Amino acid sequence: MVRVDAFGNSSSLIHVRGLDKKYYRGGEEIHVLQGLNLDVEKGEFVAFMGPSGSGKTTLLNLLGGLDVPSAGSITVAGDEITHMSSGKLTEWRARHVGFVFQMYNLIPVLTAFQNVELPLLLTKLSKAERRKHVETALGVVGLSDRIHHFPRQLSGGQEQRVTIARAIVSDPTFLLCDEPTGDLDRKSADEIMELILRLVKEYHKTVLMVTHDPVVAQRADITLHLEKGALVEAGELEIATAGGAA
Amino acid sequence: MKFSGLVFANLFRKKLRLLLTLGSFGVALFLFGFLAVVRAGFGGGVQDVAGADRVVTLSRSGFIQLLPRAYQDRMLRIPGVKAVTFDQWFGGVYQDEKNGVTEFAIDVANQRQVFPEMKVPEDQWEAFIKDRRGAIVGVKTAQRFGWKVGDHIPIKGTIFAGTWDFNLDGIYHGRPNKDDETQFWFQWDYLQERVGADIKGQVGWYTVRIANPDDAARISKAIDAEFANSPYETHSDPESVFFANWVKQFGNIQLLILSIGGVVFFTLLLVTGNTMAIAVRERTAELAVLKAVGYSDRFVMLFVLSESLVIALIGGGLGLVFAKVITTLWNPLPGVLQIFYFSPQAMLTGLLVTLAVGAISGLLPAIGAMRLRVVDALRRV
Repeated sequence: MVRVDAFGNSSSLIHVRGLDKKYYRGGEEIHVLQGLNLDVEKGEFVAFMGPSGSGKTTLLNLLGGLDVPSAGSITVAGDEITHMSSGKLTEWRARHVGFVFQMYNLIPVLTAFQNVELPLLLTKLSKAERRKHVETALGVVGLSDRIHHFPRQLSGGQEQRVTIARAIVSDPTFLLCDEPTGDLDRKSADEIMELILRLVKEYHKTVLMVTHDPVVAQRADITLHLEKGALVEAGELEIATAGGAA
Repeated sequence: MKFSGLVFANLFRKKLRLLLTLGSFGVALFLFGFLAVVRAGFGGGVQDVAGADRVVTLSRSGFIQLLPRAYQDRMLRIPGVKAVTFDQWFGGVYQDEKNGVTEFAIDVANQRQVFPEMKVPEDQWEAFIKDRRGAIVGVKTAQRFGWKVGDHIPIKGTIFAGTWDFNLDGIYHGRPNKDDETQFWFQWDYLQERVGADIKGQVGWYTVRIANPDDAARISKAIDAEFANSPYETHSDPESVFFANWVKQFGNIQLLILSIGGVVFFTLLLVTGNTMAIAVRERTAELAVLKAVGYSDRFVMLFVLSESLVIALIGGGLGLVFAKVITTLWNPLPGVLQIFYFSPQAMLTGLLVTLAVGAISGLLPAIGAMRLRVVDALRRV
């Protein structure tokens, strides 16, 4: 499933063609993703849904350069990432991807400020510049008053906000959110979704999100369904063509 | 420097564990320091103490057997010999059996020519020469018993029975932390006054100062040849060889100390290696997140390794400082370990050892962290 123009070209931010991912477990081949095609435009909010084992998280890992595909290509903002070395891929991630995980994965011994500052330590920004960026990011997620709190002093929703601040602080090309509301109550989940929507609408962030929750998925611009490693159903796709167009 | 906060924040994650690990390093390095001092005290540094231009001559039968006083003149006639002095081991205690003192009856006329590094103020030496019951002691022994010049010191003889009264006429200083500053010298003539006829006119050993250190072996042979086939045959060695043989009397102290040290450090390696492995394992997801946000594999490896090195440096450093303080304030065997000094070289060796243990113990967990795949690590959470 792919969205392309009539000539088969794509000017999209994320451009995926023929993406395959296989694992071998106990001598058995597991085909997680099969010939997947996808285009995501800048500023779009795309939700991926599907049953467990359908390949959602694997797709997110591949798009984020955390894993490498068995075949196919991924191009982000003109960079073909599938053949990058591990070191290059790490640098690319630092520049282009913001990650939001279900379990927050904040470092418990660091304050909210220090957690958010982590990606900036890799840059050449001065201490004062880093401080400004971190305070801005924490301001965007509404945690200016929790800047020196440790994760254990925050609620689940607040922790996830810190994770989002960490994801946006270096102004990445796109955000990858793996079940960002999966560990939250409905109220907190709604607040997080409001925040993500605000990032899309106000800050024109491109967001790709995996979720099991249809209520959450509904709020995305587009919902794509994965079934046995293939996109089988479109939510609000502009154009859907057969694999040959890929 | 901007990453140091990250390293230190992680160190304090489990305070009790940090304390215990620092304690392991501290105790191990304290032990290292103390054993190094004991080793040096037992003659580990004999090469430093021994004069290259001195030869020691004993009876061929051993230390107990005495030699004739008359040998001194015959030795002086051997080419290359500059000066000859002699000593007699006295063996005595001050006030209490446990207060052993290293007393030598010395040859007043030649002592300073042969041992010029042992400095005595001229006026004190002059007073000593004129005083038959006079004594000169090393500064450490004077400090140990609180003696000062002018004191009357009764020494109970353990070899030469009875109480011997001495007047403290002077205090000598050697080269700091190099020479034995615990000796107690008195005049051989005073000893001769009270000994039996069977050992009158006899001395314990000779120390010969030679003109050229390169001739030490030749002159040793020449001395022994001079007295060969006599009732009192001799055995001569360069002073460094003499000291090395002396140390052997205590058994292989060096091997013992190295063995203890080796076991301690191997145990430390296991303890800290295990601690670091646990520390890395319990924050697998955090390391994965660091990698996800752009930290390289090499950075993560160095990050883990630096934690291990910082622990080693702090814990080991504290242990070494503690060893320095303790060995400065307290010598457990002042009568046996005349030089009890934790040298800067030994401290540096200790520091290098602790860093090596820190690096080795942190290496495997660091490599594990480096190889960690983000996808696998996050799946485990």
